[in-house]
Amino acid sequence: MISTITIDGKTVPFTEEQTIMDAALAAGVYIPHLCHNPEFKPHGSCKLCVVEANGRNVTSCTMPASPGMVVVNDTPELNEDRKALVQMLFVEGNHICPACEATGNCQLQAAGYYLHMQSPHFMHFYPPRRVDASHPDIFLDLNRCILCELCVRASRDIDKKSVFGISSRGIDSHLVVNSESGRLGDTSMAVTDKAAHVCPTGAILIKRKGYTVPMGKRLFDQKTLPEFHLEQQKRVEPEDGPDGG
Amino acid sequence: MMQSPDLPDIEQRIALLCERHGCEPRRLLQILIDVQEIYTFIPPQALTAIARHLPLPRVSVEGVAGFYSFLSLEPAGQYRILFSDNVTDRMLGNEELMRQFCNKLWLEPGKVSEDELVSADFTSCTGMCDQGPAALINGWPVTRLNRERIDLIADLILAKSPVASWPPTLFEVNDNIRRTDRLLDESFEPGSAIKAAVTRGAEAIFTELKLSRLRGRGGAGYKTAEKWITCRNSPAPARYIVCNADEGEPGTFKDRVLLNRLADTVFEGMTVGARLLSSAKGFLYLRGEYRYLLEKLEEILARRREAGLLGSNILGEPGFDFDIEIHLGAGAYICGEESGMIESLEGRRGKPRNRPPYPAQHGYLDQPTVVNNVETFACAAMIAVHGGKWFGETGTWESSGSKILSISGDCHWPGIYEYPFGVSVQKILEDCGAQEPYAVQVGGPSGILVSWQEFERSISFEDLPTAGAFTIFQRGRDILEAVRNYAHFFAHESCGFCTPCRVGTQLQKKIVDKIANGHGTASDLEELKHLGHLMRTLSHCGLGHAAPNPVLDMLQKFPGAYEQKLTSLSFEPAFDLDAALATARRITGRDDPSAHLP
Repeated sequence: MISTITIDGKTVPFTEEQTIMDAALAAGVYIPHLCHNPEFKPHGSCKLCVVEANGRNVTSCTMPASPGMVVVNDTPELNEDRKALVQMLFVEGNHICPACEATGNCQLQAAGYYLHMQSPHFMHFYPPRRVDASHPDIFLDLNRCILCELCVRASRDIDKKSVFGISSRGIDSHLVVNSESGRLGDTSMAVTDKAAHVCPTGAILIKRKGYTVPMGKRLFDQKTLPEFHLEQQKRVEPEDGPDGG
Repeated sequence: MMQSPDLPDIEQRIALLCERHGCEPRRLLQILIDVQEIYTFIPPQALTAIARHLPLPRVSVEGVAGFYSFLSLEPAGQYRILFSDNVTDRMLGNEELMRQFCNKLWLEPGKVSEDELVSADFTSCTGMCDQGPAALINGWPVTRLNRERIDLIADLILAKSPVASWPPTLFEVNDNIRRTDRLLDESFEPGSAIKAAVTRGAEAIFTELKLSRLRGRGGAGYKTAEKWITCRNSPAPARYIVCNADEGEPGTFKDRVLLNRLADTVFEGMTVGARLLSSAKGFLYLRGEYRYLLEKLEEILARRREAGLLGSNILGEPGFDFDIEIHLGAGAYICGEESGMIESLEGRRGKPRNRPPYPAQHGYLDQPTVVNNVETFACAAMIAVHGGKWFGETGTWESSGSKILSISGDCHWPGIYEYPFGVSVQKILEDCGAQEPYAVQVGGPSGILVSWQEFERSISFEDLPTAGAFTIFQRGRDILEAVRNYAHFFAHESCGFCTPCRVGTQLQKKIVDKIANGHGTASDLEELKHLGHLMRTLSHCGLGHAAPNPVLDMLQKFPGAYEQKLTSLSFEPAFDLDAALATARRITGRDDPSAHLP
């Protein structure tokens, strides 16, 4: 017998080990998210995917589905909260969309559009953050890092290099790289690594590839964030990532 | 980029150190603490060397080193003084003392002196609220600070006198036990609880535990018997017992006294747990602030091993093997959260785990693990000896037994008070000599801010649950300043993993600062409520859920604390925008809903 849950009234089947997010995406039901990527171990830090399951708020990308679970997802209240989270991510970093190479390919920006974000709402932090151009093929710009740890997971689990990690705590948490100098150029990172192609924003950019696709023809000029995320679930080839757009 | 200092023998020293810890990755935090003791900070070469020996990616070692406040990745001076910054230290003038200290030594707070001799900074509550203002000097607690003591300390530092040779009176820590009840009254014979567990059998003790209705003393109040049974019923090759002595909630210091006075009872409770759960290994997670208790606790453990109360074949029972390892924390409140604590025990950043699964099923090294508060284990030992009925005779039905409170703030006799559960706030205030009490923060910043109108309420899981903190504010105290201190605390202690807590605690801090600085408006109050909602409903763990508590309590119960500070109390527009559109409506002949402002 196949087990099911309901999401906003729709019956969704799930298999053992599947999370609410897995079951939803597989059934074509969209739950907004940023740190989740079906190719990697779930993380659960951005909290955009929080849903109400059996009356309790849970993180859908890490919460296992259980038979008969009643999930509430697409409500004005939850989407308002999600918008506030996106606004928080905008103000804690330095995101200057019009001047950013990732504009149009950026999932943070796309999430802002999807959730009808009209302004950053909160006061900007303007934190001083590092830019690292020491690598011959890759730029690392921490101004745009949203701490989703996709590069950390990709480098550790797929590339088997552990080039990235998180250090410090709280609002000072930041990406660090695997070298005593602290420079990306002194790590074993290669442009062909999976970790170079998973950043949902513009924190990891490939050198000499800037603006190869003109604005207006970029990823999220062609499709919405839900369309992109639902396709991502279906794709088998690991040859994706917004910068491939 | 900082220049790495020249440390010629660092390679050999780190190699030896890692060796001493068995090159075990789970010992990483302990290794880093040792490195800091040798070099007064953690040099970059040390991170590289440790990574090679364990072996771990260097980036992981750096991540762990960067997580804990007491570990410094940059030179912090031969003498590092950290002023405790609980609200009680504030009320006793710690800021002025910090200024005096910095002036005397030409220091800037948070920065090391130019000769790299000394640095000064603030740190979260060090658990000395009954004898503050307090500080840590190279990790050692200094209590009852005043102008004379600050002068003396500054002189000792200028004379480059080793901390070990400073006058012992500076480091005196008193227990200040003011009221005793069941737990502190009863004398305890080491071995008696284990004997009861062995002779009566595990099932009988489980029955006593259920009968006692004991609930966890860390604040959340989960039924101890239930937690232990879940752990026992989870099939696994190994089970672990963890005693949570990471007493980080500002204003709480009863575990400090329990470990100083009743360590045997606490260890015994853990050993009883081991017998019931067939566990062979336990940990005492001792917060870095209580590092000064380490040697004493190690001695007690050694004595217990000699007495056959720990180690192999305990009390001659074949196969009853259990030992306890003390694991030091290093300045991270979040490690008091049970899954954060387990991460820390495994040598990682103290980031709380996703739940489910819960530690009782998948905890330390993914094995079933019981994590309980110091006081809970002491209670468990007493229950094994005296029975569940004896324990349940005091307290209330929902909250059996007694509770040890850490009382500080505006009162004559701060210290440790043990009461049966159900005692009223009023009674406690009378006993400790509080004059004109106005508010009490019960359970620390994560708890409840109780106003003078609610002093009839009782300390119990059904009314005012608490891990023990009881901080008193008398009439005339600025509640907004207290709340501001708490908002800063949460922002400093957020682990940074999830968005709502990482950013929300910062925004909350900034807005409370704005109001305190006289720039707040009514919309800031709405914003605080909004942030409170986001943190409460979306955060990853209890820290984020509790972070808005003091602010929301103040908004609800102490309007006087912030209203006079607002530049505008309620925003009244100078004109009615909708009415102003009436002319336009008349001209266009419209009166439909979209011709009106919502």
